[in-house]
Amino acid sequence: MDVFDAAVLRPLVPAVIGVLVRRGADFAAAEDAVQDALVEAVRSWPDDPPRDPKGWLVTVAWRRFLDGVRSGAARQRREETVEAEPETGPVETTDDTLRVFFLCAHPALTPASAVALTLRAVAGLTTRQVAEAYLVPEATMAQRISRAKRTVSGESFDRPGDLATVRRVLYLVFNEGYSGDVDLAAEAIRLTRELAVLASHHGPDPETDGLLALMLLHHARRPARRRADGTLVPLADQDRSLWDTALVEEGVAVLQAALAREQRGEYQLQAAIAALHADAPTAAETDWVQVVQWYDELLALTGSPVVRLNRAVAVGEADGARAGLAALAEVDPALPRHRAVSAYLHEKDGDLAAAARLYAEAAALATSAAERTHLTKQAARLHH
Amino acid sequence: MPKYLILKHYRGVPAGTVNDHPMEEWAPDEVDAHMQFMDDFGKRLEASGEFVDAQALSPEGAFVRANDEGTGPVTDGPFAETKDLIAGWYVVDVDGWDRAVELAGELSLAPGKGGRPIHEWLEVRPFYGAPSGTED
Repeated sequence: MDVFDAAVLRPLVPAVIGVLVRRGADFAAAEDAVQDALVEAVRSWPDDPPRDPKGWLVTVAWRRFLDGVRSGAARQRREETVEAEPETGPVETTDDTLRVFFLCAHPALTPASAVALTLRAVAGLTTRQVAEAYLVPEATMAQRISRAKRTVSGESFDRPGDLATVRRVLYLVFNEGYSGDVDLAAEAIRLTRELAVLASHHGPDPETDGLLALMLLHHARRPARRRADGTLVPLADQDRSLWDTALVEEGVAVLQAALAREQRGEYQLQAAIAALHADAPTAAETDWVQVVQWYDELLALTGSPVVRLNRAVAVGEADGARAGLAALAEVDPALPRHRAVSAYLHEKDGDLAAAARLYAEAAALATSAAERTHLTKQAARLHH
Repeated sequence: MPKYLILKHYRGVPAGTVNDHPMEEWAPDEVDAHMQFMDDFGKRLEASGEFVDAQALSPEGAFVRANDEGTGPVTDGPFAETKDLIAGWYVVDVDGWDRAVELAGELSLAPGKGGRPIHEWLEVRPFYGAPSGTED
């Protein structure tokens, strides 16, 4: 069943929801009906595969929707809606699919709700899969999704949304890491690819391409980021022969085409930095001067404290530890990774006692167990 | 979203804000009201999509460690001292620290003797998350 689930079924979900909504179903009911149709497809397709999978899903989902209308509590209101807008055949446009992306990333939703709704209605995951990915009970995720659907139920489907909010949600999905049996990073890449295609119908969208490039370039490093025992390998120590060169090549190509549009945004700039790392045969051969220049531009654009922190690391590589520490002095010390960066720069500057103390402090402030272990070992290394 | 442990210690409360009479001194309907409050708190978390886990622990138990001679574990206890007894916990999955503190504040208002809030101390601790997909 995996082949249907991953390769054929799920990419059709937002388009099928779009068709049902266009025919007059409200978004929440359409989404439920499509999930029901997916369950039916998983049951019947192995023995009786349809010639037109999308047409099959539309037909079955629409039938489910009508069943729901006939038996549901909101029967009267829904029937009026359906009668007012008679079935018009498979009118399905890429814009309707794009609007499903917009609705699921609606600014009225909290980030966690937008992520959950996007993974179900755009990625086509089941509630159970989303719950497992975020390590919460299925009932909790079901509540989160149904609240999110209620929140957007009154929103107009026809009003165009903001691509920036969709990008932010997809970036959150990518960043979540790797738990559960669904690879959220790969899923985020798939959805960003689709978003880039849908958005391109309205003209070039270099920032969505920039986000795709950023994801590809980071995903390329994933095989080198963990040792077999699960411990973290920092960028400088990674075995670069493990990086996925096909992903790097694609990421660089997508990025170059985006940058050529001369409409820079934060994802393009982050991707440009990732591309410079990808381009260096060893950490020592990284073009740190250019990395700092991209960070300068990124900082001017975003003013983000995290960018300022990462810039201090790059300055330390480009101009030496003292310059890095001077840049760090302008960074908010309350940032989670501030102490770790300070430890690194102090060690580079030869102040091993301060570095050991700072690594130990940084370990206590770590936000993941893998990071804590890594920083504790850095402190231990300097004590021996 | 980050996860937090809200730990109930039965630590009592600082002098001055006190309603820390032990439960056996409450009226039966006050005990019922307290249990109902805890139950409702869990239900509200479920409805808001923030619930992960809730457990209550028996006060019985023991400390265990390996025997010096390597002849199996030794136990110590049970301990009558209840000042630092872990009574149970909620695990919540919320937008961030501020929301976790807000929830612990609500939980601390569970009613006790005379129906007045007990103002108990609750310990809020973040879980470690997964390393992010863009930091290495």
